[in-house]
Amino acid sequence: MKLTQNELERIADSAKLELSAEESQNYTQALQARLEQMEVLKQIEASQVEPTIDLLPLTNVFREDKVEKGLTKEQVFANAVEVENDCFKVPRII
Amino acid sequence: MSALLGLTAHELQKLLRKKEISSGDLVKEQLHKIKQVEGEINAFITIAEKEALRKAQNVDKKRSRGEELSPLAGIPMALSDNFLTEGIRTTGASKMLENFIPPYSATVVEKLQAAETVLLGKCNLEEMGLGATTENSLFGSTHNPHDLQAVPGGACGGAAAAVAAEEAVFALGTDTGGDLRQPASFCGVIGFKPTYGTVSRYGIISGASSLDQAGPLTRDMTDCALVMNVISGHDPLDSLSVAPNNAKDYTSFLVNDIKGLKIGIPKEYLEGVDPEIIAWLQQAAAKLEELGAHCEEVSLPYRDAVLSTYQIIAAAEGSTNLARFDGVRYGFRAEGEDLDTFYKKTRGQGFGAEVKKNIILGTYVLSAERYETYYLQALKVRTLIKEELEKKLQDYDCLLLPTTSTVAFNFSDERAKALAGETAVLTCPANLAGIPALSLPWGRVKDRPVGMQFLGRAFAEETLFRIGFALEQKTNLTRLSPKGKGVC
Repeated sequence: MKLTQNELERIADSAKLELSAEESQNYTQALQARLEQMEVLKQIEASQVEPTIDLLPLTNVFREDKVEKGLTKEQVFANAVEVENDCFKVPRII
Repeated sequence: MSALLGLTAHELQKLLRKKEISSGDLVKEQLHKIKQVEGEINAFITIAEKEALRKAQNVDKKRSRGEELSPLAGIPMALSDNFLTEGIRTTGASKMLENFIPPYSATVVEKLQAAETVLLGKCNLEEMGLGATTENSLFGSTHNPHDLQAVPGGACGGAAAAVAAEEAVFALGTDTGGDLRQPASFCGVIGFKPTYGTVSRYGIISGASSLDQAGPLTRDMTDCALVMNVISGHDPLDSLSVAPNNAKDYTSFLVNDIKGLKIGIPKEYLEGVDPEIIAWLQQAAAKLEELGAHCEEVSLPYRDAVLSTYQIIAAAEGSTNLARFDGVRYGFRAEGEDLDTFYKKTRGQGFGAEVKKNIILGTYVLSAERYETYYLQALKVRTLIKEELEKKLQDYDCLLLPTTSTVAFNFSDERAKALAGETAVLTCPANLAGIPALSLPWGRVKDRPVGMQFLGRAFAEETLFRIGFALEQKTNLTRLSPKGKGVC
């Protein structure tokens, strides 16, 4: 199962990354090598093993729903490139 | 006066309390040193000179008023530039955050401020914490203070280099798969990764959320304990931080007695390690035996699966975390005629090559067709690795292995660089299992520092502190000053 350049470009597209032709060629080669090394995992019999998702044996604890101090509007917008009418401005969506 | 800069925080605190020095003078001296060596080391991205001098003056005023101050009050320190600092630029060494001024601070930063420490600046790292040499930074490479031809390690190479080059008394870094311990080893300082859940991750640029822990880089174990006392503990803003009743006094673990401790040395992990480092490991084991501990070889056969398991989980979680950088609310933004092009151009131009490769790998292993083969299998193998370690740690108080398989290599050494990722096999088991790990400087090979690593049971940091403390009382191998070498 070899990663093709086409497949890599499709993945980059879904990860919202624009790549140059040179980048996609280089990354395909680099990632192919890394995926080959990962073949080692397929040889391990783990069909009956529970996946580790949480490291700590924690259960949900719900806090009281009370108002806490948050960021001010000025702070929230301080790092934005474009703001209009107290909204983040982005290119046309539809 | 420059003799001050090699001292530990607790040694400096004695002088501050006796009013033999002031924090203002200490910080000025520290800033002077930074200016002297930064041209060659490049440990810092941002130096917060004005803020540091102001803070030091405040601490001095409080001290002169006789206020009770914390053991770290007035001590100059540095943070890896992935900890958010309100009002002070935080970049993650990425173009994506080149001009980002956080509106709030990470919980650990607030805790360090409450303890009246003095932040000197923000240290260089691999872009978004991805990598092992601190070369993939928007702000250039950091150089190893022990030898400027050598890499400092990474991801938190700047923070480790700053402590080693006496540019800061201590620093904080983050550890996802060894990002704090490996540079600590390369630069000859102590690096401690606490048990997962001990230190709040709130306000730290996320790497891989199930692996990340922040920890101290220090010159000795007492400083390490003092910093842990400040930064550890429950934080309501990090849902995976431990309950308040787990609060500990780490200085109480500084006991010079390791009699009867059982220490396992996992033989599989010694494969591929430089024979001269193995010789230091044997010397460490002999010293531990001399102090009354018992060392023996143990077997951990899942070693060969560790690196792939780590890479898959780290890439999957990393790519998910990096999805937040979209150019809308903060950070770099490229022009695009529609939203989709805008996102793609922003992320394509804002991230460097290593970050993009990691996002693609993570997206690939999480994709519907590959999820079971890669990601789910990695989570299952993680269980096997974790259980193997936990089982061994039931029989042994801790495990001893080197932190790295080679000492720091040269920037030009492409072969060594290619192997750098693979040496993470020694450090990432602790992250996969969530257990604490200490890297302690232990001698030199070819004039470059070696690090020994101790892995302990989850939430049993005490054993690691006892071992580190006992060893540093008995030898001078744990204090590796770069004086007379590099630039110091």
